[in-house]
Amino acid sequence: MSLKRGSLAFYDWIERRLGLFKPMWTAASHPTPANNASWWYVFGSAATVLLLFQVVTGILLAFVYSPSANEAWSSLGLLNRAIPLGWYLRALHGWGSDFMVAIVLIHLAQVFLFGSYKFPRELTWIVGVLLLLLTLGMAFTGQVMRFDQDAYWGLGIGASIVSRVPWIGAPLVHLLLGGPIIGGATLTRFFALHVFILPGLLLLGVGVHIWMTLYHGVSDWPMPGRIVRKSTYEREYHELTEKTGIPFVPDAAWKDAVFAAAIILAVMACAFFFGPFGPTGTPDPTIIQTVPKPDFFFLWIYALLAFLPPAIETPFMLVVPVLVIAAMLVLPLVASEGERHWARRPIAVLSLAVIAVTLAIFTHLGTYTPWSPIMDAWSSAPIPPALLHNRTPLERQGALVLEDKQCRNCHSIGGSGGQRGPALDTVASRMTQDEIIHQVLQGGGNMPAYGNALSPAETAALVHFLTTLRGNDVAPAIDASRKVTNTDHGIKTQ
Amino acid sequence: MTVPNPHGPQSSQSPEAASSGAHPQSPAEAVASQPSVNLESAQHTRRAFLFKLSVALNAAVGIVLAVPLVGYFLGPAMRRSSTTGGWVPLGPLDKFPIGQTRIVEFRNPLATFDDGDTANTSAWVRRVSAQQFQVFAVNCAHLGCPVRWFPESRLFLCPCHGGAYYEDGTRASGPPERGLFEYRYRIDRNSLIIHAGDMPTLATQASCSEKNRPLVQITKPESEDDA
Repeated sequence: MSLKRGSLAFYDWIERRLGLFKPMWTAASHPTPANNASWWYVFGSAATVLLLFQVVTGILLAFVYSPSANEAWSSLGLLNRAIPLGWYLRALHGWGSDFMVAIVLIHLAQVFLFGSYKFPRELTWIVGVLLLLLTLGMAFTGQVMRFDQDAYWGLGIGASIVSRVPWIGAPLVHLLLGGPIIGGATLTRFFALHVFILPGLLLLGVGVHIWMTLYHGVSDWPMPGRIVRKSTYEREYHELTEKTGIPFVPDAAWKDAVFAAAIILAVMACAFFFGPFGPTGTPDPTIIQTVPKPDFFFLWIYALLAFLPPAIETPFMLVVPVLVIAAMLVLPLVASEGERHWARRPIAVLSLAVIAVTLAIFTHLGTYTPWSPIMDAWSSAPIPPALLHNRTPLERQGALVLEDKQCRNCHSIGGSGGQRGPALDTVASRMTQDEIIHQVLQGGGNMPAYGNALSPAETAALVHFLTTLRGNDVAPAIDASRKVTNTDHGIKTQ
Repeated sequence: MTVPNPHGPQSSQSPEAASSGAHPQSPAEAVASQPSVNLESAQHTRRAFLFKLSVALNAAVGIVLAVPLVGYFLGPAMRRSSTTGGWVPLGPLDKFPIGQTRIVEFRNPLATFDDGDTANTSAWVRRVSAQQFQVFAVNCAHLGCPVRWFPESRLFLCPCHGGAYYEDGTRASGPPERGLFEYRYRIDRNSLIIHAGDMPTLATQASCSEKNRPLVQITKPESEDDA
């Protein structure tokens, strides 16, 4: 008993002088409409917890990490192998970053779907969009901190995109890289961004974001027909709180706490079982036998950049991101009133679905990059023996030409080889011999011309082999006009 | 200490009133709401004036402080790319057989003490004839990934998005808008020397002479360099 009284006296002494606990408790236990104490409302707090988790693990990594182009890669090796539990810290930080981006995106989708960005929470949404951009900025600069091959060429891609800005492209590239090349100055400035500038802005922004959430209260559960009007919403929200209010802590917050714990557990499990990300090879640009790839959450951009036609690529890269970000920022201003429930907002639901499916498809494409030539397919993917049976020597020679001239880097046969061009298994059922010759020698349709790289003999052999590729004895392609011209010819001669 | 209002701003007249509540008024509000005419007021105008003056003083100091800071921040961008770089020897000419394309490695002349491996650079050297060379940057003209040379099909292929270039560096297919970047070169006695510096991108090209190549090119047959 005396211990309890003693600690109470201690608390009183502190609080009398600090004056912080009571207002904090008042804020935490404010009444919130019972209908938003839902499992759908847990993502924002989980994102905050992950941010703090990233700050702590990041600081611990900074104990060892050396932000110098000379040493960064080696210091990651040190963390992975020599420092006790260094690998685990790297894994926690890496997986924590993936989880954070994912949770922030889910939080954004949920808020959009629930119409929670409408009056009076427009600015909360706008700050949230900036927080999303900062989170993605942290993910990209974090990838640079892992100063390996992927980081190097990722920076090269960043510089190449920036270089497309008209007039000030070169100064922007130099500003991004901190000098003429990717090097020590690049790493130190990305370190400053990743460790000081972006986290500072992120913590500040999250503070403002949470303040606004407390100030306006957590948005109530949307109901069809309950229209948000600037003139009435706050009164209605207040009445709802009066009628159904429960203290946020503990009655609603326990779900946040459980979800946050589950997420942190999941991060720990991923870190423990899957380990840290990389580093891949040393950031030595003379090692060109590499296939650079960005981290998971940038794969969709990587995929998108493969599909844009060259002529619109630069305008697309420079204009579309600005439009997308502007649209997200302006959204709550143009749609600040009206229905919140998804059942009454079909366009919003459809937009979200289209965006989500698009991102998922591009991300999926980014995982296996069908547009990339497979650089060693020509020497590693054999021609299926069935395609060589009963072939003439010339046709078999053609199969050799097909292998030797790296055709397989872009064309698959029997399921192996690149996917940049069409599979050749049944090419002769689609193209006549003349068309194949034309296509091989002159290229076109995104295929290089091989006129210079093939001798006439090689061309003849290759084309003869290709004309045997018809699948299960499908009829060969026919030039429909040939019959007509032959007939004409016949009539004339007779 | 302002406590978040649990009932939102609706619980009182306006958000401003809600946030300030019954707490002591801030100095600014006190100024606005107490236009009483007395001795204090006279002193107050003097103090308010002095305060404004101090704000102006700090603004001036801030600007004087900010200019060099911004200059420091923008320092790397101020450098003219045409003046950066230097001439790098790539080795004796007989390292490069006529008609073939070989990779070379060199240290970027702009490397500083802490650039480490990143200042190592590769380039593709194509010897067209005894005295004629083409030195290509490995960086794809699309997004800078390292292109690889395939002598059998006489193509440079990019692993990232499938850009392809012919042996003379012109665009063959894929997303690049133009051919490979070329370094300026000269031959000094028996050695090949190139001018290198900036990482080649569309804005900071290794050589500025090849800017206006058409988008799609089909190479003419060249007899002299068929090896």
